[in-house]
Amino acid sequence: MWLTMPLLHRPKWKVVGEGLVEWLIRICGVSAVIFVFAIFFFVFWEAKGILFGEDRLDLWKFLTSEEWYPASESNPRYGASALIAGTASVTVLSMLIAVPFGLGAALFISEFCGPRLKEVLKITIELLAAIPSVVWGFIGITIMNQLVMRIFGAPIGLTVLNGAIILALMSVPIIVSIGEDALKAVPDSYREAAIGLGVTRWQMLYRVLLPAAKNGLLAAVLLGVGRAIGETMAVLMCTGHAVNNPFNTTFPFLHPLDSVRTLPATIAAELGETAQGSQHYQVLFVIGLLLFTITFVVNMTADLVVKGIKGK
Amino acid sequence: MVAQPSKLNVDSLTVWYGDKQVLNGISFDIKPNEIFSVIGPAQSGKTTLLRVINRTIDFTPNARVRGLVEVDGEDVAHVKDIYGFRRRIGMVAPLPVGLPLSIYDNVAFAPRSFGLSKREELDELVERCLTQAALWDEVKDRLNTLGTKLSGGQQQRLTIARALSHQPEILCLDEFSIAIDPVTTMKIEDVLKELRQDMTIILVTNLIQQARRLADRTMFLLNGDLIEVDDTEKMFSGVARNPKTNAFVAGTFG
Ligand SMILES: Nc1ncnc2c1ncn2[C@@H]1O[C@H](COP(=O)(O)OP(=O)(O)O)[C@@H](O)[C@H]1O
Ligand SMILES: [Mg+2]
Repeated sequence: MWLTMPLLHRPKWKVVGEGLVEWLIRICGVSAVIFVFAIFFFVFWEAKGILFGEDRLDLWKFLTSEEWYPASESNPRYGASALIAGTASVTVLSMLIAVPFGLGAALFISEFCGPRLKEVLKITIELLAAIPSVVWGFIGITIMNQLVMRIFGAPIGLTVLNGAIILALMSVPIIVSIGEDALKAVPDSYREAAIGLGVTRWQMLYRVLLPAAKNGLLAAVLLGVGRAIGETMAVLMCTGHAVNNPFNTTFPFLHPLDSVRTLPATIAAELGETAQGSQHYQVLFVIGLLLFTITFVVNMTADLVVKGIKGK
Repeated sequence: MVAQPSKLNVDSLTVWYGDKQVLNGISFDIKPNEIFSVIGPAQSGKTTLLRVINRTIDFTPNARVRGLVEVDGEDVAHVKDIYGFRRRIGMVAPLPVGLPLSIYDNVAFAPRSFGLSKREELDELVERCLTQAALWDEVKDRLNTLGTKLSGGQQQRLTIARALSHQPEILCLDEFSIAIDPVTTMKIEDVLKELRQDMTIILVTNLIQQARRLADRTMFLLNGDLIEVDDTEKMFSGVARNPKTNAFVAGTFG
């Protein structure tokens, strides 16, 4: 009987204290959600004048026109399509580089290298992920710039290609670490069962391992894309900052040696120069909303894909 | 008297994982078309033995193997064509491993990998293997659903069908009934009695009575030591040479 006594008669401060802690934890959890909504609401609020006011922005023109002259005194024009094209070009090219490298590295680390090398590689890749983006931008401006000029004979090296390579280097660590997790999650018994059937290692990889890990690998790629779309500083520094659409209708459809400007870079560069509440200021917030929507969709897709893995 | 050539010959087989010795110089041989069972408590090295035989132990980096294992007189450590060699050994794991493929593709996986691609031949092979594994009637209408959607007992029969798909000479079963119900177990035991016409069977089993029902000879492994190997009847009749064997089969071991 005496054993249960302390439970029945707990001191009052304990009861109150536990209640407090419980509430604190609850607030922490809920606040994460509140912050996201608050940020979205703030961005929306700053943009609402130009979205719904009388002098409102022509959204169609905003999305399709290439004329970005926000600072013109007589006739400011807000066509973001060149900026969208800039973002898309850098993102697409960087993924063309980063996805094969990232997935290849994940496969190598998970399936082919010894335990020692594996540790070394994993630590190195984590280090790579920890480099701040402004440092990447610096590398782009100096080393990459020189390399692009020398190798491709371009007049300036601050181009789509430069930004894409730098972005690829930044997203590879994400793709590698999440891709490696996905491969690690495939039980060893699968590998052993396949090998026991007398198939080669490559047949095992191709027919068993990749199908089993495909959702996780897809999530790795999508999170890499998300990283690339949202990145600001490095791209701002590496791509030359010229409003320009690098796509065209003839082969190869994309000029990797063009300079471009991306959506995030535009906000970062111009927001400080605009008067708060001005038309230009508000349009920049519309760009913010656009970016928010794109990254949200990409992340949601990645999330659903990951959920798909766990649900199985 | 000339001895019948053995299908599998194991001589002084010793295996280490790192510094830990898990098989201590065991020697035995298995005759063609024999059902040979291996009994012993957990951690005795039974699974390790099977992994040495089909050389999947190669994929455990810290494992070391000494001694001789021969299949039809050929040293398995030095086979020329390792993939061809592995196909001569069928392997069924304790927990069914349905590869993330359809039922059909699970069975067609190995034959395809060594070049069988004609649809009719594959169809026929898949049907034959699934029939042999006593699964055909239950799955013939849904060959394209994922193998992992089947029940545990069905999946285990699927892995048997898959092991038969490369027409092995030796079929190894590692505690195949550990996760399935007694009815399915009996079904598979009947399958094994049929299969022994065509192949040699090594049956590692956690059910002592299963060894008694099926095996011609039985080997008792304990902590990596071969305690005794003899005719199943003798091993189970309480007159085995080693008192540990008698205690183990009587369930009074320990
Ligand atoms: N991959 C491995 N690495 C290290 N030790 C292992 C490994 N696999 C098995 N062992 C050890 O080897 C011993 C024998 O295991 P095993 O062959 O699985 O026995 P059984 O199948 O009879 O239960 C056990 O002590 C086990 O812990
Ligand atoms: Mg075992």
